[in-house]
Amino acid sequence: MINLQQVTKAYRMGKQSLPVLKGIDLQIGTGELVSIMGPSGSGKSTLLNVLGILDRYDEGTYHLADTLMKNLSERQAAYYRNQFLGFVFQSFNLLEFKNAVENVALPLYYQKVSRRKRNMKAMELLEKVGLGDRAFHLPNELSGGQKQRVAIARALITDPKVILADEPTGALDSQTSEQVMELFREVNKTGMTVVIVTHEHEVSEKTDRTIHLRDGLILKDDHSAGPSDEGAASVSAPSQSSSVTAEVPV
Amino acid sequence: MFDYDKWQEILATVRRNKLRTLLTMFGVFWGLFLLLLLLGSGQGLENGVGSSFDGWATNSGFIWPRRTTKPYRGLQPGRRARFTEDDIPALRAALPGLDALAPRAQLGGFRGSNNVFRGDRTGGFSVYGDVPAYQRISLTDMLVGRHINPLDIEGKRKVAVIGTDVLSVLFDEGEEPIGEYIRINGVFFQVVGVHKSRRTGGDGDRDAQSIYIPLSAYQQAFGEGKRFHWYAYSAKPGVSVNELEGQMMAAIRERHRIHPEDRNALGHNNLEEEFQQLTGLFGGIRAFVWFVGIGTLLAGVIGVSNIMLIVVKERTREIGIRKAIGATPWSIVALIMQEALLLTGFAGYLGLLCGVAVLEAVNRALGTDAGVFLYPAVSLTTAGLAFAVLVLCGCLAGLIPARRAASIRPIEAIQV
Ligand SMILES: Nc1ncnc2c1ncn2[C@@H]1O[C@H](COP(=O)(O)OP(=O)(O)OP(=O)(O)O)[C@@H](O)[C@H]1O
Ligand SMILES: [Mg+2]
Repeated sequence: MINLQQVTKAYRMGKQSLPVLKGIDLQIGTGELVSIMGPSGSGKSTLLNVLGILDRYDEGTYHLADTLMKNLSERQAAYYRNQFLGFVFQSFNLLEFKNAVENVALPLYYQKVSRRKRNMKAMELLEKVGLGDRAFHLPNELSGGQKQRVAIARALITDPKVILADEPTGALDSQTSEQVMELFREVNKTGMTVVIVTHEHEVSEKTDRTIHLRDGLILKDDHSAGPSDEGAASVSAPSQSSSVTAEVPV
Repeated sequence: MFDYDKWQEILATVRRNKLRTLLTMFGVFWGLFLLLLLLGSGQGLENGVGSSFDGWATNSGFIWPRRTTKPYRGLQPGRRARFTEDDIPALRAALPGLDALAPRAQLGGFRGSNNVFRGDRTGGFSVYGDVPAYQRISLTDMLVGRHINPLDIEGKRKVAVIGTDVLSVLFDEGEEPIGEYIRINGVFFQVVGVHKSRRTGGDGDRDAQSIYIPLSAYQQAFGEGKRFHWYAYSAKPGVSVNELEGQMMAAIRERHRIHPEDRNALGHNNLEEEFQQLTGLFGGIRAFVWFVGIGTLLAGVIGVSNIMLIVVKERTREIGIRKAIGATPWSIVALIMQEALLLTGFAGYLGLLCGVAVLEAVNRALGTDAGVFLYPAVSLTTAGLAFAVLVLCGCLAGLIPARRAASIRPIEAIQV
């Protein structure tokens, strides 16, 4: 689903160039639930933005669903974001003046779906994330956890191929975080690829695979991670799973 | 293409910023309102001053004799040329640019007045001896009956065409004037028509008190021979009246043995020069009005543009989010542009309505004879043009903020 080959990115600040991604090779298959971890400033958000076509990269190649994402026009980028991707942010990024249903329905507006249809679907999704009774509340009338669930519903409404989340639990307490992670796992079970940036072990533990980032490079790609709530099969599995360590120049 | 959702979005933003919406709209409203008032006033002035030309062919003029001031070919100064119809063939031959040539006479001399009788009714009116050609210079409408025709001239018929005041003084209301007789200087003339002036004010009153009789009948009845008092004439299309006037005066001087340099011997007057001056003046006024009006409008539009820029800045985050979930740059541009268009369009339309309403009210208050100010109004084309200018301004107002909005990058907007 996601295939990065030697992707680099540097931020240019005046005459100086600050390399942030220094050659990322990464494959994420369809239906995976992946977390990205790493110290602050290691380039997690930058990587996620590249994955989300919110930002350009300098060199290498990035294929999303077998389509090369390079030198896209704004229009094309908007199209792929709308068709393939769903975003969840730490700060929720809901539109303050729109109620929950309207926020959830907004991506379909840009797909020219009729109002009735998109509001119906938005209601369905709100029910699914357990907020059916809050549909007509404005964001500032919702708790942090509720806002994030609205945001997830919004990310889901276009049936995207990949959900990208940047510290989705960063602003939530541990109990709410758990609920949100539960939601991500449910979403993932429907076959959607989910990539979550986090620095919380509680979060990464709930994913099937954890990619460790440091100084713009993949330090460790840990397939052994994953929750142990998958029943008998998964209880014995973890120790057998291979732990792939990327080659890292010191 | 009415996009309910888009308008819903726009109305929502408008509602969220009531005060700034109101203020910006006022700028545009005032701009268009002033533009309209200015245009209407300009038109009113033009109508008012231009109305002094109503009923006149603007390519016409007059020449009359005055006293000579220079001795010439043995003749003493202080003489007054006597215009007679014998001059006419020579003038026609000498002046190919001449169109209508109408010798005119007035009983009692220029602006003379005469008592005219009908039974025991009487009134003081101006009596003119005229030929049909004059009807091409002074444009009159007939209320009833007919005007003087060539047969009247030929037959020296004692017929009269009277003005509306003459009618009301000499006849009862509703009484049929045609075929009735009136007595001018002891001679009976039969009324064959009533004319109605196209002019207003003093000129109109004068026309209403005028009686036209055939020049030949005039000469016969009042013992003037072939004499008349002045020429009215018009130039052929494309011929300058000023030039024609010069040529005609030269020809008249020649025939009447007036010194070629004698400036005082002939009086003259033509509408062309005056008309051209006024036309130029009104052109200038109109240009000035558009200049000022568009300046005011532009100031309003710049206000809108400015505020929209601030709003875009305020909405950076929102726009970033929209882009992250799939809004194309074009949809953002359209959003901002439509908001600008809505604001300017609505405010401008109000300005247009108010402007027209005020002009209409002034129009009502002034009535029809208000001297230099008549029917202040804007034509449909002008209003349309003003509206087109407005829409263009709306686009301009939206353009810069819209481009700014479209260039917002989602990551920068979304970063916490
Ligand atoms: N727009 C930018 N311009 C310049 N430098 C930037 C920009 N965005 C990020 N950086 C730099 O790039 C590096 C990586 O930033 P990034 O946001 O990807 O880190 P992160 O791993 O998400 O950190 P955190 O855990 O604190 O969110 C940092 O050193 C940061 O200063
Ligand atoms: Mg980050």
